[in-house]
Amino acid sequence: MTINRREFFRLGGTAVAGTTASALGFGSLEAVAAEVRPYKLARTTETRNTCPYCSVSCGVIIHTTGDGSKNTKAEIVHVEGDPDHPVNRGSLCPKGAALLDFIRSETRVKQPMHRAAGEAGFKPVSWDFVMERVARLMKDDRDANFKQASDDGKTLNHWPTTGFLAGCATTNETGWLTYKAVRSLGIIALDNQARI
Amino acid sequence: MTNGWNDIKNADVVLVMGGNAAEAHTCGFKWVTEAKSGNGAKLIVVDPRFTRTAAVSDLYAPLRPGSDIAFLGGIIHYLLSNEKIFKDYVLAYTNAAFIVKEGFGFEDGLFSGYNAEKRDYDRSSWDYEYDEAGQAKLDPTLENPRCVFNLLKVHYSRYTAEMVEKTCGTPKDLFLKVCELIATTATGAKTLTSLYALGWTQHSKGSQNIRNIAIIQLLLGNMGVPGGGINALRGHSNVQGITDFGLFSNSVPGYLAMPNSKETTLEEYLKTRAFKPIRPDQMSFLQNYRKFFVSFLKAMYGKNATAENQFGFDWLPKVDVNLDTLRQFELMFQGKMNGFICQGFNPLMSVPNRKKLIAGLSKLKYLVVMDPLHTETAHFFENHGEMNDADPAKIATEVFLLPTNCFAEEEGTFTNSGRVIQWHWKAAEPPGQARTDIQIMADLFLRLKALYAKEGGKFPDPIMNVDWSYRNPAKPTADELLREINGRALADLPDPADATKPPIKKAGELMDIFAQLKDDGTTSCANWIYSGCYTEKGNMTARRDPSDPSGKGIHPNWGYAWPANRRILYNRASADPSGKAWNAKKKVIEWNGSRWAGIDVPDFGPLIDPTQKATGPFIMNPEGVGRLFTRGMMREGPFPEHYEPFESPVANPFHTKVQSNPVARVFKGDLEVFGKSEDFPYVATTYRLVEHFHYWTKHAKMNAVLQPELFVEIGEQLAKDKGIASGDMVEVSSNRGRIKAKAVVTKRIRPLVCDGKPVHIVGIPIHWGFIGATKKGFGANQLTPYVGDANTETPEYKAFLVNIKRIGPAA
Ligand code: SF4
Repeated sequence: MTINRREFFRLGGTAVAGTTASALGFGSLEAVAAEVRPYKLARTTETRNTCPYCSVSCGVIIHTTGDGSKNTKAEIVHVEGDPDHPVNRGSLCPKGAALLDFIRSETRVKQPMHRAAGEAGFKPVSWDFVMERVARLMKDDRDANFKQASDDGKTLNHWPTTGFLAGCATTNETGWLTYKAVRSLGIIALDNQARI
Repeated sequence: MTNGWNDIKNADVVLVMGGNAAEAHTCGFKWVTEAKSGNGAKLIVVDPRFTRTAAVSDLYAPLRPGSDIAFLGGIIHYLLSNEKIFKDYVLAYTNAAFIVKEGFGFEDGLFSGYNAEKRDYDRSSWDYEYDEAGQAKLDPTLENPRCVFNLLKVHYSRYTAEMVEKTCGTPKDLFLKVCELIATTATGAKTLTSLYALGWTQHSKGSQNIRNIAIIQLLLGNMGVPGGGINALRGHSNVQGITDFGLFSNSVPGYLAMPNSKETTLEEYLKTRAFKPIRPDQMSFLQNYRKFFVSFLKAMYGKNATAENQFGFDWLPKVDVNLDTLRQFELMFQGKMNGFICQGFNPLMSVPNRKKLIAGLSKLKYLVVMDPLHTETAHFFENHGEMNDADPAKIATEVFLLPTNCFAEEEGTFTNSGRVIQWHWKAAEPPGQARTDIQIMADLFLRLKALYAKEGGKFPDPIMNVDWSYRNPAKPTADELLREINGRALADLPDPADATKPPIKKAGELMDIFAQLKDDGTTSCANWIYSGCYTEKGNMTARRDPSDPSGKGIHPNWGYAWPANRRILYNRASADPSGKAWNAKKKVIEWNGSRWAGIDVPDFGPLIDPTQKATGPFIMNPEGVGRLFTRGMMREGPFPEHYEPFESPVANPFHTKVQSNPVARVFKGDLEVFGKSEDFPYVATTYRLVEHFHYWTKHAKMNAVLQPELFVEIGEQLAKDKGIASGDMVEVSSNRGRIKAKAVVTKRIRPLVCDGKPVHIVGIPIHWGFIGATKKGFGANQLTPYVGDANTETPEYKAFLVNIKRIGPAA
């Protein structure tokens, strides 16, 4: 039996085939092939994106159900390497190949959560509640600890008691807007994951 | 990366040291394979473990974790003493001939100017001699004993192959084979590329590892050429971009600096930044600093930034002490921080010494986590037994967990390790009530602004004056933010060559390139190095033309590489001083009689005639040349020196007085918990596996199936000594904590003989935690020491001391 690239990924269920192919052996794939459903990516919408894990930044193609028309909800059903991408040329490592499982992970956060002092766990709350509460806590801390000048009268205009750690899998646009917001507040305890 | 992923295929020799690209940067590693098959390249791997990268190498050499400087120093000594350097390149394009001031010296492991009390140097003697006009003095004959080249020779004369063997445990013969292979690229006909990652940076002297490879690549003439360069394989998908945007305590986007309190005015701030060239004919690109900085201030404060108010200079916070992650947690631990916001970062897992982190987070008033996943940091207050020993009843911290989208649910750009900015498109809506980080930050900012408008409060000026004129202020789009990043004209910009001609830009038009930026407030640009990424022609980062006309892996129309869509940095150095390629096979740009042209965007003034002017190729440096001697730029000294990790099984073989990095910052309390080799005789090192990405993929089922549980890796000899069989449960302890894990006994790790004594290595992969789809597992950071590199504060994760014992059969 010959297996073309798309069928190969399909047989893998998710596309981890890249590393597990040798472990499974093609023999077992053939056995699975007899039972699988008809090809389901034929009517999906393809969207170009980038693997969010490492800095090789492999191109990926995300398949979603529906054609984007009104009243249809796009659901991500498959992620595979972008064959046109000059760096990865369609390949993905075991991390990128399993991206669908990250997108659909059971441990994704789906609503704002709050944990009050001394409590053992989180409780779901509304966006309005968290944003109002966080803004209040930030303002109170800023007003109490913002330093306009040093003891010898030099301008400081900084707020040293609230820290901010930026992520490194966020977009450049997020990075810039974040920069603008935190610096306008006077935050100087600012860092990101580059060091670690 | 100075070069890009695809460019690796042009290399003749590939050195992977300080990284494990086959596992951690798998799809980028294919270009090493391509170099091997298409270019006959040889792969050298130097690593404490026989990694999967080593498995496909032509030459593998082991070394003791934390001894890289000795190894690299040994290579430099070999190249210098055997005259295996590219002499013409070294003379013309490095500071080899520059004369160093009297007063600079090195003795007993310390450079001149050390202050033991401050654990710091007075760096004033680490400089050149200058003439009356402020120009550096040179001796092109290299005879002056104080010229950089001779000082370099003297400094490295101690790094003999015998010393390498004694320090690193690398057998001398094997080490010399590595040197010989590297030396084959000293002619200009062949090139060596260096690929490294956290294996070089996560040390208390990591930056000096990089300095060593910079010296090697300059001596070999491998900078600016195809298949050459120094290629940092960065971590996260957009760690390059976030670094470029300066989300550090002391940075401004585009590698500009935050002002400190001594710089009381814009003029004073600019005085020391926009440095002048120190060689005749030099162009010193950073003379444009004022244009970049004023344009940044215009992007920050818009119309409110005027010449009268120094473009809002006073509104920027002033930073005197760098508040990096380690210092932030130290302050938290001391009870001096009240709030903490983590945007997609899981510090409870990635910052050293977990115990200290839990104690610190417990002292906060509030903690805000924005993340697509339930991170351990958000759940730090929970008790997970020995894995996270917290008592929620005693922790008063108020915690907020805000759900964000993942990559597939948002559009915008990431910048890859090769500096290529790539736009990606949104495929679906985020689940449940999750929102984008942009929306959350905008909401938070607008709420705070409203509170200040209503209630007043401390210094609301910057909040009120920051430019937030987005079409929908509550939801700025990635598209408009990228245009703001690129920059635009705020007034008609006259043609600098001929003011009677129509303006080169009309007010409101997007910039083509940073060269058009102005210092008078008539342009705005959030990040000058990104200027050109979104022009009137459209979004350059969304370009998807995979063609590669030169066949050299340039791909000029795929995304946009900063700066100026240049794919190989310093490419002027690929040509000789007269402007002709050193080697036709390695040609990038040449002088064609009227301008510089070739397969890549010139990293040089395109019209500078090399037959008329001796402008050096490293235009970011005031010297115009690459630095073998770094003047006062590095905290430990202008040449790298071997220092032992803060926890080491051996005494520093190079000097008895100075064991470890003399200027690394060590907080009180952390010093006391460094372990001694009597109690913790084995060297531990941390690493990643191909199936996992940090503490992230453990949430994905497939990855959890592939690598379900924590293990530690030890060699056969140590296993035998300690009575440990593969699959047994072991306890690994350091002076800061203990972890339990399954033992994997392998041939991949072998003891190294250093100074006559065997050193055993314990390998600890880092991917487990107490939330996710894998089995729960301890983290390496329950063991690691709280000390960072002296220049970057990157924690020492790659070399520390542990003990190991069997605690039972497989659980
Ligand atoms: S697929 Fe693998 S190699 Fe490619 S970006 Fe993702 S993690 Fe990196």
